[in-house]
Amino acid sequence: MNQQIDEAQEAEPMETEQSTKKRRVVVPGEVIVSGEDFLPSEGARREGQDILASRFGLAEEAGRVIKVIPITGAFIPRRNSVVLGRVTQITLNGWVIDIDAASSGFLPIDESPRFINKNEMDQFLAIGDVVAAKIWSINVRGIDLTLKGKGLGKLEGGFIFRVSPNSVPRIIGREGSMISLIKERTGCDIGAGQNGWVWVQSDNLDSQIQARKAIEFVSENVHVDGLTEKVEGLLNK
Amino acid sequence: MSSMKSAGITIDTFKKLFTAGKRFDGRGLMEYRPFEVNFEVSNCAEGSARVRLGKSEVIVGVKMNIDKPYPDSPDKGNLMVSADLLPLASPRFEAGPPKFDAIELPRLVDRAIRESGMINLKELVVTPGEKVWTVIIDIYPINADGNLIDAASIGAAAALKSAVIPGITEAGTPDYKHRTKKKLPLSDETLPLSITVFKLGNTLFLDPTREEEEASETRTTFGVSKWKGSYMINSCQKSAPVCLTRAEIEEIAKLLPKKYDELNERLKKFL
Repeated sequence: MNQQIDEAQEAEPMETEQSTKKRRVVVPGEVIVSGEDFLPSEGARREGQDILASRFGLAEEAGRVIKVIPITGAFIPRRNSVVLGRVTQITLNGWVIDIDAASSGFLPIDESPRFINKNEMDQFLAIGDVVAAKIWSINVRGIDLTLKGKGLGKLEGGFIFRVSPNSVPRIIGREGSMISLIKERTGCDIGAGQNGWVWVQSDNLDSQIQARKAIEFVSENVHVDGLTEKVEGLLNK
Repeated sequence: MSSMKSAGITIDTFKKLFTAGKRFDGRGLMEYRPFEVNFEVSNCAEGSARVRLGKSEVIVGVKMNIDKPYPDSPDKGNLMVSADLLPLASPRFEAGPPKFDAIELPRLVDRAIRESGMINLKELVVTPGEKVWTVIIDIYPINADGNLIDAASIGAAAALKSAVIPGITEAGTPDYKHRTKKKLPLSDETLPLSITVFKLGNTLFLDPTREEEEASETRTTFGVSKWKGSYMINSCQKSAPVCLTRAEIEEIAKLLPKKYDELNERLKKFL
């Protein structure tokens, strides 16, 4: 199930863990490079000759393009992101789902993977249940979600905790390397949503605690080099 | 919008963990997080303290003003406690008129301090029946990671200990520029602290983090102090409809003196 959540994530533009590109930590207003040759991308802006950071994060030079990968900040919903959310309300034609974004998500009854009787909607998803859903569209009314897709659906057992949404790509790692390392060593099922909610499930309480520790360690040390080895060291203790 | 309630599966996991006596941060169920207290964090206040209890952080300031006494206590100074749950402290707090929690927090701290007799309000009279000192305690959470009530009460006790009385001008108004070295009329014996006991499922626990607090089913705050060698419960308030059993209350009664001594010892290191 959780393997599938990660597969569903693969459409995401993921930050790779080991990058050969040069990176350094910048604060808003800091000059990253000067010169006409460079182009500001996400999180950067041009002022005269200089390219400045407009967010706190890691500055990255990819050829002529300069961008800043944010370290802090709220979750900004994007189309096709897989998020974890909590059912907060059942309406006539769907579920209202809190996805920890500025507006709540809506999961229409037609977007559930099988036929649901409108009178028995809480049999499928009750208030307080957690789902892995994909953002299907973002419009003025709000965020529409879907459960149609591989690995999406209700999450059974385990628990949910929150990390910074910006550290989620690092938690997943290059092609899921970091998350599968933690899964392998702790024997837990783990799923991470792009909104920073992480789901961990195991029958063993201690391995749940260990998995959470490892994930929080990754989340707090996003900009550290050689993180995989450090996590391995942490898990071997 | 941010989720206020925990997900159903998270609550179930917490129940299992607590039944096994475990917590995510490795503490015991009845163990407080380490805390530290800094003084003189505000130069406008007569006394101030910043408390860091784990990741929870609270700034408490004491301000003194000369006011009329209340009609029912002409021979006593006034005590006011207020709190502002700043949106910067937590995504759960919104700007706007104070909500339930923002009213409850200062009232709990107020009762714990007032009923313990820590401040001898009778010594705060300037002119009997006309002018008395008003002690204003302001509580500002800077980061809310659970158990704000206990953090605020530690901060309030610490800030009161560090407060000095300002001078009085000839017109009878407080002279904030020339502070006296006179401390507030505080009892040396008693130091009120609040101890909040939380319950989830069938287990009691202390000092929750934010997620543990959100998962908990009920909460009871005790204002505890020590007077002439015996422990006193000065105030007590329970929230939420889930009840406590008799056995649990007896357990709490045994627990409170131990925890009070522990917190008291730890706080005294900073005073």
